[in-house]
Amino acid sequence: MMEFLLAPWPWWFSGILVGLTVPLLFILSGKAFGISTSLQQAGAMCAPGCKASYLRDHDRREHAWTLVFVLGIGLGGYVAAHWLSATPVEFLPESYLNVAGLVKLLVGGFLIGFGARYAGGCTSGHSITGIANLSWPSLVATIAFFAGGLGVTWGLGTWLFS
Amino acid sequence: MSTNIHTNIDSPAASKSAAGSAGMTLGAYLRVLLVGIFFGIVLVKSEVVRWQRVHDMFLFREAHMYLIITTGIIVAGLAMQWIKRFGIKTIDGKPIVYKPKPFHKGIILGGILFGAGWAITGACPGPIYAQIGAGAWMALATLAGALAGMFVYAYAKPKLPH
Repeated sequence: MMEFLLAPWPWWFSGILVGLTVPLLFILSGKAFGISTSLQQAGAMCAPGCKASYLRDHDRREHAWTLVFVLGIGLGGYVAAHWLSATPVEFLPESYLNVAGLVKLLVGGFLIGFGARYAGGCTSGHSITGIANLSWPSLVATIAFFAGGLGVTWGLGTWLFS
Repeated sequence: MSTNIHTNIDSPAASKSAAGSAGMTLGAYLRVLLVGIFFGIVLVKSEVVRWQRVHDMFLFREAHMYLIITTGIIVAGLAMQWIKRFGIKTIDGKPIVYKPKPFHKGIILGGILFGAGWAITGACPGPIYAQIGAGAWMALATLAGALAGMFVYAYAKPKLPH
């Protein structure tokens, strides 16, 4: 049992637990599973008097839970990496541990933040929660996610990842 | 109790007084934190937080990520059917309601940009937090980029097609 938990988890076990996150969060807190709203919440809290209505009119109290949720994700990441892994987890490849890697993460991160908020959600809110609720715009979003990811990987891959 | 929004968000003790407007008690925030920890552990142990896994997904080198995402959607979908059919309520006795995200052009345009960022950084928003919590400090660059992207979106929103 411990051996199973300390090794990387198989896809079926991981997939079931990812899926269960949706009803768990709904039943335990009444919230729809989604993560990128936490970025907007952080922005709205940092710039409360902001000129952009996207941040000024954001209901900080209604969405305060998103920051608690991502704090939990960070804690969970710590627990998993330090107490639940027999061997160290390689999050980023060697090739990213330099200045060029830093720039890639900044630019890629920018696309994540801009794109997820423009699309109104990310892999959690659209691909998992949205499709699970049979919402077609979320299916379209997911197709767009893969179009972007496949486009960059196959189109710019040799230049970006060599 | 203070009625100041920031006090309520910053102090868990004060959040109880905010329960009226946000509909969340201190206990509900604790449960959100626990689900976050659970999900953070799942993200790391499933290895979806590893750049290499995301890269191999976009290269069609392995099915791991596709299987996890698909299983997650199916399990979450079955759970939502169960919640609807039996009228399952939250543990605070409130009805569970999912509000579908409406379609707009940003779902496609933002979605493509988000997917590109996912492929470059090997992380979507959830994994960014899990990576940082696990001690992969380079992911702070991804988060910084994501916050910058969110801010630019906030200001550009009125000019972008929606």
